[in-house]
Amino acid sequence: MAYIEARGLRKTYGATVALDGIDLDVQEGRILGLIGPNGAGKTTALNAIVGLTSYEGELRVLGRDPWTDRARLMRDATFIADVAVLPRWIRVSQALDYLAGVHPGFDRAKAEGFLAKTSIRPASRVRELSKGMVTQLHLALVMAIDARLLVLDEPTLGLDLLFRKQFYDSLLSDYFERSRTVVVATHQVDEVQHVLTDIVFLDRGRIVFRRSMEEIEERFHEVAVHPDRIAAARALHPVHERQSVGRGILLFEGQDRERLAALGDVRTPSVADLFVAILSSRGGQPQGAAR
Amino acid sequence: MSTPSNVLADLQSRSEAMAPAEISPLRRLVWSVRRELWENRSIYLAPLAVAALFLAGFLVALVRLPHTVRAASALGPIQRQAAIEQPYVIAAIMLMAIAMLVAVFYCVDALYGERRDRSTLFWKSLPVSDWTTVLSKASIPILVLPLVTFAVTVVTQFVMLLASSAVLAASGLSVRTLWSDVPFFEISGIHLSHIVGFHGIWWAPIYGWLLLVSAWAKRAPFLWATLPPVAIGAAERIAFGTSHFSSFLQNHFLGGPITGGSDSGMSMDMLGEDPWGWFLLDPGLYVGLAVTAAFLLAAVWLRRWRGPI
Repeated sequence: MAYIEARGLRKTYGATVALDGIDLDVQEGRILGLIGPNGAGKTTALNAIVGLTSYEGELRVLGRDPWTDRARLMRDATFIADVAVLPRWIRVSQALDYLAGVHPGFDRAKAEGFLAKTSIRPASRVRELSKGMVTQLHLALVMAIDARLLVLDEPTLGLDLLFRKQFYDSLLSDYFERSRTVVVATHQVDEVQHVLTDIVFLDRGRIVFRRSMEEIEERFHEVAVHPDRIAAARALHPVHERQSVGRGILLFEGQDRERLAALGDVRTPSVADLFVAILSSRGGQPQGAAR
Repeated sequence: MSTPSNVLADLQSRSEAMAPAEISPLRRLVWSVRRELWENRSIYLAPLAVAALFLAGFLVALVRLPHTVRAASALGPIQRQAAIEQPYVIAAIMLMAIAMLVAVFYCVDALYGERRDRSTLFWKSLPVSDWTTVLSKASIPILVLPLVTFAVTVVTQFVMLLASSAVLAASGLSVRTLWSDVPFFEISGIHLSHIVGFHGIWWAPIYGWLLLVSAWAKRAPFLWATLPPVAIGAAERIAFGTSHFSSFLQNHFLGGPITGGSDSGMSMDMLGEDPWGWFLLDPGLYVGLAVTAAFLLAAVWLRRWRGPI
């Protein structure tokens, strides 16, 4: 069953087109990475999915229209929009009380168990916590919600490496614990790629690339070509070519791995390299692909 | 409801071992009101602080009470009662004034603040509808704050009466006269109808308007809340040389049925025996409530559309 079904999803702000007709299906149990440069429409797409913004076109999330039915949708789905959105005045214990009071799927004991592993005290106010602790708290709250769909928009923005790694580790272990479906938009491509099952590249409001990670491993190969075989390699129509430490790195789609091995060292491209290749082949400006 | 994907979804949610218990809309509303009290502690701290300050001053002034009572006994019964009950009236007026200030500042910030600090994105990630949120916020100035003010006022006046009784008894003066000049239960009843009826329900359109502006404004909500009424009044004055709009506002909000008197302020015996009957029969009440409902509806709609600023 498709948890998210979008057909011709479109959103404009005045003359600016944020989403230019997107078709998207996210099946149960997938972890989809939404990757794109700044202004590609990632946040707009996620906001439409969780009912924060109106849209044109068709969109069903868990069978509901998120814009008109947000409150009901949020019983089965939840999102982290930004790291800095927990109200600064709230105490940790109050946040737990409130969620237990309004959310039928909130497991307070689980959240407390998660918090017990951190240095966050129940009596603390959010404004007294460090940025990393606020994120840990938000994550503890969200992970304790028995949601079928979890939507994350740049969940680790502004956090140091250690917290980012912890974040994705706990996300992953939670994912394997039960059937969750996750959509995550991020710039930190390298850190999420081992978590993802599918990726979608967005550019200027359109989907420019959509593959499962298995497909990418099967179909895409990156070859560090020996300098003397560069002409032969180019004859095989690489998708992209770049230079690295004096060698041409060529990206191929759908070429036989054995055949490529004769040209140089073959490996599966990283999502970041793929992203740069796909976007620059479209003449885009992949300035958002920060590592 | 009968599309195949919905049926699948229904089947799936039914087959889940731990089907989450339903939470009633009322329970969500109550938790949301509680949330408002956590965030805005001034709702009860401000009246309590004013009461504490006033009581401190009153207790110091108790030294002079026997003298005041003796001096007042020389006056006629009406002047005597006025002199004796004066501090009780002042206490009530001070508490109502602070509650009014708290209500206005609360409303202006209620839906603006959550957008400014982006916490609206957290609240919207929870299964709480915009209706529940706006109603919980509207209930604070209309119901919660008046009840808090009423409770604090009554307790304050009771403490004042007890302390005064002790002082009077110690100096051999009549306690009975005090309690007949300041009839506690009667006054409490009048406070209840005045504070809840007038400050809460009769003024509900004002709070509705402030909440609407709070949901709409991208900056300076206080200015946006006060400017339109002033501008309309000024425009009318310039265009037609009249002031119907401002006098309408004045008459409606300052001259309603439970004002407790329009010229002499809060005199305690000026209301008829049945203030609620008067109140409930006034069509202005229902027009006001309809206008409030319209403002709140617009605030709900705006909260859905407006993102963080």
